[in-house]
Amino acid sequence: MSAIAAILLVLATAMLAAGLAYRVALWLAAPVPLSIPTMPAPLTRGGAAMRVGREMLLFHSLFRADKPLWVASMAFHLGLALVLLRHLRYVVAVPPAWLVAIQPVGRLAGWMMMAGLLFLLARRFLVPRVRMVTRTGDVAVLVLLLAIGTSGLVTTYLLHTDILAVKAFLTSIWRAAPEGLPPDPTFLLHLLLAILLLAIVPFSKLLHAPGLVFSPTRNQPDGSRRYRRPARWARTLAGGGQ
Amino acid sequence: MSAFEPPPLADEVELAAPPALVPGAMAHSRPYVAAPAHNQALGFPAERVPDWERRAVEKLGELLERSRALRVFLDSCVKCGACADKCHFFIGTGDPNNMPVARQDLLRSLYRRHFTVAGRLLGRHVGARDMDEALLQEWYTYFHQCTQCRRCSVFCPFGIDTAEISMAAREIMDAIGLGQKYSNEIIGKVHKIGNNLGLPEPALANTLEGLEEDVLEQSGAAVKFPLDVHGADVLLVTPSADFFAEPHVDGLIGYAKVFHQAGISWTLSSHASEAANFALFIGSYEQMHKIAQRIRQAAVELGVKRIVFGECGHAWRVAYAFLNTLAGPWDFLDPAYPVPQHIVEVTHELIRRRGIVLDRDANAGKTVTFHDSCNVARASRMGDAPGGQFVLPREVIKAAVPSFVDMHRDTTHDRTFCCGGGGGLLTDDLLELRIKGARPRMQALKEVVEQQGVTHMAAICAICKTQFAKVLPAYGFPMEMVVSLHQLVGQAIRLG
Repeated sequence: MSAIAAILLVLATAMLAAGLAYRVALWLAAPVPLSIPTMPAPLTRGGAAMRVGREMLLFHSLFRADKPLWVASMAFHLGLALVLLRHLRYVVAVPPAWLVAIQPVGRLAGWMMMAGLLFLLARRFLVPRVRMVTRTGDVAVLVLLLAIGTSGLVTTYLLHTDILAVKAFLTSIWRAAPEGLPPDPTFLLHLLLAILLLAIVPFSKLLHAPGLVFSPTRNQPDGSRRYRRPARWARTLAGGGQ
Repeated sequence: MSAFEPPPLADEVELAAPPALVPGAMAHSRPYVAAPAHNQALGFPAERVPDWERRAVEKLGELLERSRALRVFLDSCVKCGACADKCHFFIGTGDPNNMPVARQDLLRSLYRRHFTVAGRLLGRHVGARDMDEALLQEWYTYFHQCTQCRRCSVFCPFGIDTAEISMAAREIMDAIGLGQKYSNEIIGKVHKIGNNLGLPEPALANTLEGLEEDVLEQSGAAVKFPLDVHGADVLLVTPSADFFAEPHVDGLIGYAKVFHQAGISWTLSSHASEAANFALFIGSYEQMHKIAQRIRQAAVELGVKRIVFGECGHAWRVAYAFLNTLAGPWDFLDPAYPVPQHIVEVTHELIRRRGIVLDRDANAGKTVTFHDSCNVARASRMGDAPGGQFVLPREVIKAAVPSFVDMHRDTTHDRTFCCGGGGGLLTDDLLELRIKGARPRMQALKEVVEQQGVTHMAAICAICKTQFAKVLPAYGFPMEMVVSLHQLVGQAIRLG
């Protein structure tokens, strides 16, 4: 049992890493032949990096677009981030003080994440515009996240699992001798679904996270009157300017 | 014109209210297909190639290797719907395929089917589709209902720009022999003659002479409209509509008066007698490059020191954001000036250092608002600081007229609404679409007309001006309401 779970976990992590690396390599292999930042844009590379950061951390464009969606999206993403941070204690041998201190916040974040997800799921059916563009895959990802969240909350509040055993299991993977996986069904479901989530990231809409970093409309500075950027494929065109 | 009358504008301004969905509402709206000759002039297949389904997929693959933006945009959408109610065509028509996300999905479906694991395995469940006649017809219909105004890209949490997607789709359609008549015919004219109107050098010279006579008669000043003058300081590249159309020509007179009064030597070029670059609309880098070369050739040939662009939205995007890459480097020009400059930058600077003096009383009785053109607002800049494209035109207008009013903040600056005629859609076969697409702008205009007594709306884009002259009457406004920015300057400038 421990061995199977460990193999799946390692496999999924490998798929995540390799899949993301392959996707990012594809993106980087293609040039950005023209300057296309959405204006007004910062004038410097540093400014453009700040812009991307503001989008990643604050969802700035989404805030301008749709306030309720921003709240739900923030609740989910921030909740997920805190929950993941809290999970660090299952792999770090001796949790540092801050990690211990954020544990209650992390538990609260679990609820926040679930509330956000439920809103996101509800609007897929209740907002006609959104329903129109929703495919099975969009609902499936939300359901998967909800199932992971639910099973996680159940193990936290109702059917406690042996945390020390979990920790022993996760740290044992590093020694290539996996052992001690607690046989609680809720926990096993939680783990299995999380493994599935890791594996599908590079093949699904979850790619939006790295996509933002490489989005030319957000990461390009405004400097086209100062800098030229002829792409290699464009240099064969006749005339000046190559 | 009689074909379509829009329902009256709302009394209450509710800009945020999204329309009810009306599936298929605009399924009938398609521009004329290009004739074989129009396609061949651009080096595209004359007619639908035999194995067009395969060729379309192959072309998409080529474009994916040429553009990171396309690949990232096709991979990153989460269907959150933040863009859905931001498009003027969706607001104006209620057709769900005019939601930017749905428009993108028309191309994304083919991408998913052929270039992603999920699409190959799961098909329709993840929105993957094969290329067939039905999909192609949806492409032709709805990728010609996008003005590439980028308003959706402002609101997208990942910066996905539907303009890039619709350009790619149009490029693929051109590659399989399904071109759009309006854009391809015009690009052919530029390659052959030098401008969108197909106006040859003698006719242009004649027109400019006529303008000199008109201005002399009206103002008593011998304002010149020089053509092909070697050794002039400034090469002015302006949309050819400025030579004929109303109110465009009043803008051209304004530029001429500014140069005259500031003592700047300038010239137009008969070789580069067009600022517009419609190749942007069909997404063709090669065609865009070829058109841009005319400007470089004219600048070299005439030995000018600066290049200044007249009032044209997408032309200023190509000029500001692309020209350096397409036709630079500009190291043979005067390094004291950015290349290229916008005429508004020139006028703004002259007003600031009192190189020209404007008299607001000359525009007495006018209360003016300003329509931010989409390509200027969201794809370019003026001046030294980000956002200068919003500040400079307004400061110039305020210096020229007694009263200035801004429209609703959700419809100005980078949130401006497209006029409804950009992106290669300014053709009479799309008139119903154009009228419906203008609705958000007309609604905002109605508000300032009724509440703040606005009499005129200034624009800095040839397409906006033509579009508004056509659609203003459909919404009960006089067509003379739309004016060129430099028309106001031309009225107010003190000559002599």
